[in-house]
Amino acid sequence: MAIEVRDVTKRFGTFTALDDVCLRVGDGALTALLGPSGSGKSTLLRIIAGLETPDSGSVSIGEEEVTSTPARTRGVGFVFQHYAPFKHMTVADNVAFGLKVRRRPKAEVRERVAELLALVRLDGLAQRYPSQLSGGQQQRMALARALAPQPKVLLLDEPFGALDAQVRAELREWLRRLHEEIHVTTIFVTHDQEEAMEVAEQIVVMNAGRIEQAGAPRELYEAPRNEFVMSFVGPVNRLGDAFLRPHDIQILSHPDESSTEALVRRVVHLGFEVRVELTLQDGRDVWAQVTRETTQELEVEEGQILAVRLPAPRVFA
Amino acid sequence: MSTETPRSSAPGGSSTKASRLGLRTVALGYLALLLLLPLAMIFYRTFEHGLAPVWKAMTEPNAMHAFWLSIELVAIAVPLNTVFGIGIALLLERGSFRGRGVLGLVIDLPFAISPIVVGLALVLVYGQVGWFGTWLSEHGIDVIFSVPGMVLATAFVSLPFVARETIPVLRELGTDAEQAAATLGANAWQTFWRVTLPAIRWGVVYGVVLTTARALGEFGAVSVVSGRIEGQTQQLPLYVQDRFENFDATGAYTAAVVLALLALATLLAMNLLTRRTRARSKLAPASNLNPEVI
Repeated sequence: MAIEVRDVTKRFGTFTALDDVCLRVGDGALTALLGPSGSGKSTLLRIIAGLETPDSGSVSIGEEEVTSTPARTRGVGFVFQHYAPFKHMTVADNVAFGLKVRRRPKAEVRERVAELLALVRLDGLAQRYPSQLSGGQQQRMALARALAPQPKVLLLDEPFGALDAQVRAELREWLRRLHEEIHVTTIFVTHDQEEAMEVAEQIVVMNAGRIEQAGAPRELYEAPRNEFVMSFVGPVNRLGDAFLRPHDIQILSHPDESSTEALVRRVVHLGFEVRVELTLQDGRDVWAQVTRETTQELEVEEGQILAVRLPAPRVFA
Repeated sequence: MSTETPRSSAPGGSSTKASRLGLRTVALGYLALLLLLPLAMIFYRTFEHGLAPVWKAMTEPNAMHAFWLSIELVAIAVPLNTVFGIGIALLLERGSFRGRGVLGLVIDLPFAISPIVVGLALVLVYGQVGWFGTWLSEHGIDVIFSVPGMVLATAFVSLPFVARETIPVLRELGTDAEQAAATLGANAWQTFWRVTLPAIRWGVVYGVVLTTARALGEFGAVSVVSGRIEGQTQQLPLYVQDRFENFDATGAYTAAVVLALLALATLLAMNLLTRRTRARSKLAPASNLNPEVI
């Protein structure tokens, strides 16, 4: 179901967590709230869930205005960064919780739990306790638990934040596929732009309690509205007021009229991608993102002077 | 402790070993002199002349009465303090209201105030000339020099334990699981019974055990409010004192041993309960709710 947030403001003491925020998320969309810590993204998610109350403004889910509806009747599924497992219950009982408190018939509960455990690939672990699962498994259990009562929207607060890099990558991919399968409106919070770009259909960039820009990943990357979005979504070189993307800096084999000279300070090999740190003629430092082939062909080495072509920099008023 | 740790070959090794041994001796000696020896002496003196006199002293009507009165006081004061203790802990840890700090201090008053003062205060409020005393006696309710007063005194002095043991566990638990329960559709009551209480249960159990031990052993406050009427308002500690003052050594020792055994039984019951529940749920020992650690 669609989610609409209108003019929401939230203060904690003197700190303004959300400053007159408006947001619309379409039915069935997979949206990322992206921003640095303290930008208000988690607070916004918790207000949508009903775990926090806004000081002013309103929240609607579907056609229904839910601003004063308590969390338990909002029909949201919520997944916490640290999974919030019920430690004294088995995996199956954790998943069944939302159905049991609604007093659903036992057979139905059993069936739905089995179905969800299969969906999150924890079939064999139903009788385990959360402490016997890995972080990734606990997070999948938390997801199955949130999905059990068939929520209208699924909200995830830094769902992969506490996991190691490999499990993270796996779960991202998996969340994306899960969303294709069940199509429930989903919002997840992250501070990792790569994660947002990889998983989400729509990204909402937040900073200091405000929404800076919302749009498709590609749109944000190619047409950032301001310097915050430019520097938060994707890597960036800053030259005074101007910004350029590192992959837009070209290293040339021969100097021409559009090129300028630069000294190679350092070459960092990251696999396919190579990061070349340069000092320009005017003494300013930038870095270029090039492929392994380029550095091999041009035999780029530290201490060398090269010809580089800088793109037209982007300047935000 | 870890006696199997490989011995250090460092030059200071032998001296650390000596100091460790010394420390151990001092600690055990302290325990023995202060705790074990006096307790052992009580047991020894009780059974010095065989079982017959002990049995006679135990089945004495006044002794039996004191025993059952002690049980009765515990049976009323402990459940009351458990319910209120959990309630207060929830209020302090989960609530947000003015005066939380004050409530936190008030909870500890029974620890700070001497039981004898508690007894006197209760007499001032509920006694014949006290605030409610007149109203109470007009309605035929005796509080002071009667069992209700003893219940009040016992409950008062053993009030803080459950709250104090539960608060840190609640804090450690955090609110995530409770909020998860809320988003899953549980109301406050369901969340408490299905999520919060199971998570804090070892803190509560430990608090209950301490409350029970304190309630069983209470002497000062109860001594003031009870009037110490033989066969009527004497619970076990008061009975022990009464026998002792009347040069009935066997009676005093026997009652003391019964009291000690009751306390031991409480501790043992908790231990068994903890262990059996652990074994059944096969929980990994990850929990910091371990009562031995609190």
